[in-house]
Amino acid sequence: MTKTTSRIIKVDALSRVEGEGALDLHIRDGKIKDLKFRIFEPPRFFEALLKGRDFSEAPDITSRICGICPIAYLLGSSQAMEDALGVSVTGPLRDLRRLIYCGEWIESHVLHAAMLHAPDFLELDDALQIAKANPELVKKALKLKKLGNEILEVVGGRAVHPVNLKVGGFYKVPTKARVRSLIEPLKWAIDASRDLALAFGGFEFPDYEYDYTCVSMRHSDEYAIQDGRIISNRGLDIDVSEFPDHFVEEHVAHSNALHGMSKTGEAYLVGPLARYNNNFDQLSKMAQATAKDAGLGKTCLNPFQSIVVRMVETLYAFEESLRIALAYEEPDASCVVVTPRAGTGHGCTEAPRGICYHRYSLDKNGLITKATIMPPTAQNQKQIEIDLHGVVERHMDLADEKLKWRCEQTIRNYDPCISCATHFLKLNVTRD
Amino acid sequence: MRGDDGVGAAVAAQLRADNIEAFDFDGDGAELMEMWAHQGQVILIDAAVSGAPLGTVHRFDANSDVLPQNFFRNSSHQFGVAEAVEMARVLDRLPRNLIIYAIEGHNFNFGAPLSKDVELAVLDTVDRIKADIAP
Repeated sequence: MTKTTSRIIKVDALSRVEGEGALDLHIRDGKIKDLKFRIFEPPRFFEALLKGRDFSEAPDITSRICGICPIAYLLGSSQAMEDALGVSVTGPLRDLRRLIYCGEWIESHVLHAAMLHAPDFLELDDALQIAKANPELVKKALKLKKLGNEILEVVGGRAVHPVNLKVGGFYKVPTKARVRSLIEPLKWAIDASRDLALAFGGFEFPDYEYDYTCVSMRHSDEYAIQDGRIISNRGLDIDVSEFPDHFVEEHVAHSNALHGMSKTGEAYLVGPLARYNNNFDQLSKMAQATAKDAGLGKTCLNPFQSIVVRMVETLYAFEESLRIALAYEEPDASCVVVTPRAGTGHGCTEAPRGICYHRYSLDKNGLITKATIMPPTAQNQKQIEIDLHGVVERHMDLADEKLKWRCEQTIRNYDPCISCATHFLKLNVTRD
Repeated sequence: MRGDDGVGAAVAAQLRADNIEAFDFDGDGAELMEMWAHQGQVILIDAAVSGAPLGTVHRFDANSDVLPQNFFRNSSHQFGVAEAVEMARVLDRLPRNLIIYAIEGHNFNFGAPLSKDVELAVLDTVDRIKADIAP
């Protein structure tokens, strides 16, 4: 009679991610019997809440979906409204939008990479232990994050949930002196973020690669952040308005967040790795050189190296911020005038974690009749489960505690924002 | 403000009315370290959720006490008070004298007023702070 061996590994509350989720893993006779990445944070029904509201309220309401990436919601919803109302925001106002989005990338990427993800590679529990082991690295990271917050304050009025953005532009534009005050700190930050990228590039990365379908935005003239077309490394190249023709969401019983997938049911990847793989050629020379010096090629298929990609993107965001700050002149008007009318509009931007899609329909008075928002973590869920399968199969020989850690690390590769996805983790592993 | 989360601002407003220097701060906790840099004495007031009765005023001497985890409301992606204090301790960036008042709240709904018991706690906290800083 053959003896059956079973392992059950449970993570009941995943740490160092935003929101509440869990992982259940059941291994029987050395094979995965069941693996579920569960999001149990309750859904918040933002789309329903928006119905009947004025178009102008969408940015401030949707930005409350997330305290980490409010700009993704402020700008995604604003652009969708502008699309529906037939206006576009260009020139210096567009530059200001790119500047504040750089601030969001910086504060989000630095916090995740240095404080939440780096401990995984150093076998430390949290950022406090890193601070004990390497206080200078943490001081540098905190200073970089603070500068990201400062950009949000200068352009958006405050660092947490900025209040100065609206459909059509801004309530008030920052003074030239205020924007120029960022210049000297930004010069320091470019070098400091390179230091962190090189430091993280020296980590030992677990052995795992996947041939991802990378979906990101692409802009004709720049590394896409706040607008562009939606492309993939499989040949997709569509206007933002065509997103619903190619991607869908499905409810799965074990998650409160919808799973995004292609219309043919395939998983895809959004976020820093997808952007890097699709748009490496549009990074600055310094960002490309830093990526090379930190051990990355022109494409990156090991999700554990996303920590390095985040710092390369951070460096690029500092360079872009400096470029915009140096050229900044106060615009004559803080916004373009918008007039309510019936219509449907689409908006999409690159949130720190990947593309964040918005669609709204308006009646003739500009009241919202239908709203759809697809945040990046919902789109990545299916791919996260595929990565977990691959990583567990590759590292089956690890003891339960080590395997549990490796699974959490795999999920943290995505910097998942469960709060956004529900508009994540407890690990439960069973081995039979 | 989100209901009882406004207790810190309410205490600060009362202190300012009594000509005592006080600031509101609603940003990232990581920046607290910068705010209190080079300060000799700092008193920080925030809402708490520990399971104690509504309006309970907790007082910590951060220079000698380790702050309890999961006490202050915050996101895992932003530093809360406890994380900021412990990080500052590790990086040797605590002010010489840091006292923390944490006032127990229950209602954190958008736009809600302070609970009655929290309103009373505001007055109690202001009196205790005056005693703390009395020469």
